[in-house]
Amino acid sequence: MARPGARVADSKKINSELFTLTYGALVSQLLKDYENAEDVNRQLDRMGYNIGVRIIEDFLARTSTARCTDMRDTAEKIQSAFKMYLGVNPTVTSWSPASDEFSLLFDQNPMTEFVELPDSCLSLKYCNLFCGIIRGACEMVQLEVTSWFVQDSLKGDPTTELRVKFVKKLEDAMPAGED
Amino acid sequence: MTIHNLYMFDRHGVLMYYGEWNRKRQSGMTIEEEAKLMYGMLYSIKNFVNKMSPVDVREGFQCYRTSKYALNYFETPSGVKFVMNTDLHSQGVRELLQQINSQIYIEYCVKNPAYKSGETIQCELFKTKLDELVKQSPIFKS
Repeated sequence: MARPGARVADSKKINSELFTLTYGALVSQLLKDYENAEDVNRQLDRMGYNIGVRIIEDFLARTSTARCTDMRDTAEKIQSAFKMYLGVNPTVTSWSPASDEFSLLFDQNPMTEFVELPDSCLSLKYCNLFCGIIRGACEMVQLEVTSWFVQDSLKGDPTTELRVKFVKKLEDAMPAGED
Repeated sequence: MTIHNLYMFDRHGVLMYYGEWNRKRQSGMTIEEEAKLMYGMLYSIKNFVNKMSPVDVREGFQCYRTSKYALNYFETPSGVKFVMNTDLHSQGVRELLQQINSQIYIEYCVKNPAYKSGETIQCELFKTKLDELVKQSPIFKS
């Protein structure tokens, strides 16, 4: 529920450990409920999507940002959103030649601070929530993107790499009965 | 200065909220019809403005004025549209609309898990706070 006292959009702080542990508890509960890492990935993506479609409104209002002109612009904004909401500063790299695909590299990730993946769930994408958030948020600003994890430091990779690919631009909704 | 009414549309053109303050004359249509016409007009005018612009537009259509009232328009990049009719002397309506977005709509609807996007806003807290904000505004007072 919205808090009655919270009128001005300020950046409230919560204990990051509490947040990390809450997310961990959520993922492990999902694993218990679905008993299948693939299904958990899907659920995390769905939850992220639902977060994304809402968080974008907050982001736009706080930064009073205008529409992006190209993907480089978008990448910069996604980067700043990570900084704003999660306190991490991912690096934007590995642009595709057509400038429609890029990677976000996470040196640190507060979400995975106390996490060690058991061998039984190697196909689990622990932070798949991020992919959903990015997809949801971009969809609300008329951008269809897909995103997925390329590398994951939880699985022994040297870094965590999240890839974002531009699919297409969505068109403005037409009023009913007009062509 | 005075505020007449406010329409809020979501990105699909659904009327999310309608609020009325000093509207002395009604259009004689149901609010649904009125909203449909309003959205259609805005859609056309927006496209026309963008098409006719001699330079690349970012914000595009912002307001129109008649001899009696002004229609003020603000759209977020995510496509939420705020339309407020005021009298001709009102200043800073755009800022007020931005405030309604960031302090009322986002706080009490977007962050409210009970609210689903694409629905009419039923939340009482939203209505009260919106009314408060509008009535506190210098545009409304004087």
